[in-house]
Amino acid sequence: MKDVLLVLPLLIPLTTAAVSLVAWRRTALQRVLAVFGTVALLGAGLALLAFVRRDGIIATQEGGWPAPYGITLVADLFSAIMVTLAGVVGLVVVLFSLASMDRGREAFGYYPLVHALLLGVCGAFLTGDLFNLYVWFEVMLMASFVLLVLGGERPQLHGGIKYVTLNLVSSAVFLAAVGILYGLTGTLNMADLARKLDGIEHTGTVTAVGMLFLVAFGIKAAVFPLFFWLPASYHTPPGAVSALFAGLLTKVGVYSLIRVFTLLFIGEVGFTHVLILVLSGLTMLTGVLGAIAQAEFRRVLSFLHIGQIGYMTMGLALAGLADSPPLAILALAGSIFYIAHHIASMTNLFLVSSVVRRLCGTFVLARQGGLYQSQPLLAVLFLIPALSLSGMPPLSGFFAKLSLVRAGLGAERYAIVAVALAVGLLTLFSMTTIWAESFWKPLPSDATASAGETSPLLLLPVVALAALTVAIGLGAEPVFALATAAAEQLLHREEYIRAVLGAPA
Amino acid sequence: MSTLLAIVIGCLYAAGIYMMLRRSLFKLILGLVLLSHGANLLIFTVGGLTPGRPPVVSPGATEPITPYADPMPQALILTAIVIGFAVLAFSLALFHRAYQTFGSDDPDDLNVSDR
Repeated sequence: MKDVLLVLPLLIPLTTAAVSLVAWRRTALQRVLAVFGTVALLGAGLALLAFVRRDGIIATQEGGWPAPYGITLVADLFSAIMVTLAGVVGLVVVLFSLASMDRGREAFGYYPLVHALLLGVCGAFLTGDLFNLYVWFEVMLMASFVLLVLGGERPQLHGGIKYVTLNLVSSAVFLAAVGILYGLTGTLNMADLARKLDGIEHTGTVTAVGMLFLVAFGIKAAVFPLFFWLPASYHTPPGAVSALFAGLLTKVGVYSLIRVFTLLFIGEVGFTHVLILVLSGLTMLTGVLGAIAQAEFRRVLSFLHIGQIGYMTMGLALAGLADSPPLAILALAGSIFYIAHHIASMTNLFLVSSVVRRLCGTFVLARQGGLYQSQPLLAVLFLIPALSLSGMPPLSGFFAKLSLVRAGLGAERYAIVAVALAVGLLTLFSMTTIWAESFWKPLPSDATASAGETSPLLLLPVVALAALTVAIGLGAEPVFALATAAAEQLLHREEYIRAVLGAPA
Repeated sequence: MSTLLAIVIGCLYAAGIYMMLRRSLFKLILGLVLLSHGANLLIFTVGGLTPGRPPVVSPGATEPITPYADPMPQALILTAIVIGFAVLAFSLALFHRAYQTFGSDDPDDLNVSDR
């Protein structure tokens, strides 16, 4: 049973991608498959989550070779939550694509690429081996490269070159780090590594390798000062692709950071985790200040997105620095809660920006307007994720920020708490700018009136994600309990190691 | 031997980064290629060099004679080379398309989306 549950999140996107490729000329069939595939992925994620919640961490060795030699797939609560969220993003983005994607892109393999991306993302969440993590990253990147430039418009090519280059540099750094770690320990299985790194003498070298991983994953997660590819590329592809990227790609980087800096590199937290804490603060500040300086809807969102990444890594840093276990669990649970909240709100904001583009014919804020009058429902649907992202109660962002701030105060790291609160306020300011420009002010007289229309199918994913944001906010207690359980598992490494390797000999 | 390889790896990294900083898309690709070769060679070297000792079990024995060369880094490199090949092929196509579209090899002339 557990073997099937662990493999399903990989098999489903792989099968749908393969069948969609076979049905290359039959776009209608691909569209149906896309919906079924992502619904099935979401179902598999939920089943995995329920199983792990009941029975604890599960692991399986593909090919039958025992760990640490076999190909390990492992799911703890954190992985299961991430797989479920990948299913959610996949489903809403596919629904949005059905209504918004142009025929040309659909005919050139848009849907198979979405499945391939989901495959890479789920693989990265479920693997128990660092080299396999590299391979899953490449699967995901390859799909994202093509999705980003599919269509070949001039801005897409320009953004694509920056995105491809920086991600390839990140992969080279990742590969070098994996190689050095193998040279040090003779293993790449993460559970086995965790055991062997404890007994190693060269703590300096281990920390240096940890820094290489921080750079590699930091580029993927868009952490200060490695985020430049994100605002250069996220505003160029079609809206559905932007939303898919915003929902999942950077989160894989954050997931990997949390995984290696809770499981492997915890020997010198005084250096590594303080560095992560400083970077978190700078990420929040540069992100939100960059957002205020922008005048294009999706570029504002791209910079805000970077700012939000800082909150997720802040929880990770505080968890390493906290002197008592309950405080560490609170901080890490805050991070996990923040990831869930962020995926729901950020994906939704990108979808809303795409709907606004459809109505006003442009992403430039100055040339938009009058939407509060003409589309009151859309205005409300924008406000929910926007206010949630700024941390307004009772929406999801408030509880996410609250737990991080409480953890920061408990650990007596007042500077980062001040930054986190100030950035929340500036995020609200940035959101009100968008509100005033696109929704509140009248449509500029020289603007082309209403270039397109909304349709129920276009708004359905937006409504669903807004409902999820409200649900996470109103039902914060059970969600937070789940995040706390996941954080406990991450901080009690023995459980993870035992699940993969069995009881110590 | 490992000293020599370490120097070679250092040169590959240095040349790769230098090429990436040049003002040309084609040199950028060459830089990326050198960088990935450097990473592959790094895995090979830090994995431990054991010349003339293949990890082969001789007839009648149950284990290879220690010390034997670790086959794992080579398997990793093989995978990395294949992935690198695919990614390189894609980037070449992308950069060629960009060159055709913009009529320039200079990254600054491509600046249409990022002002």
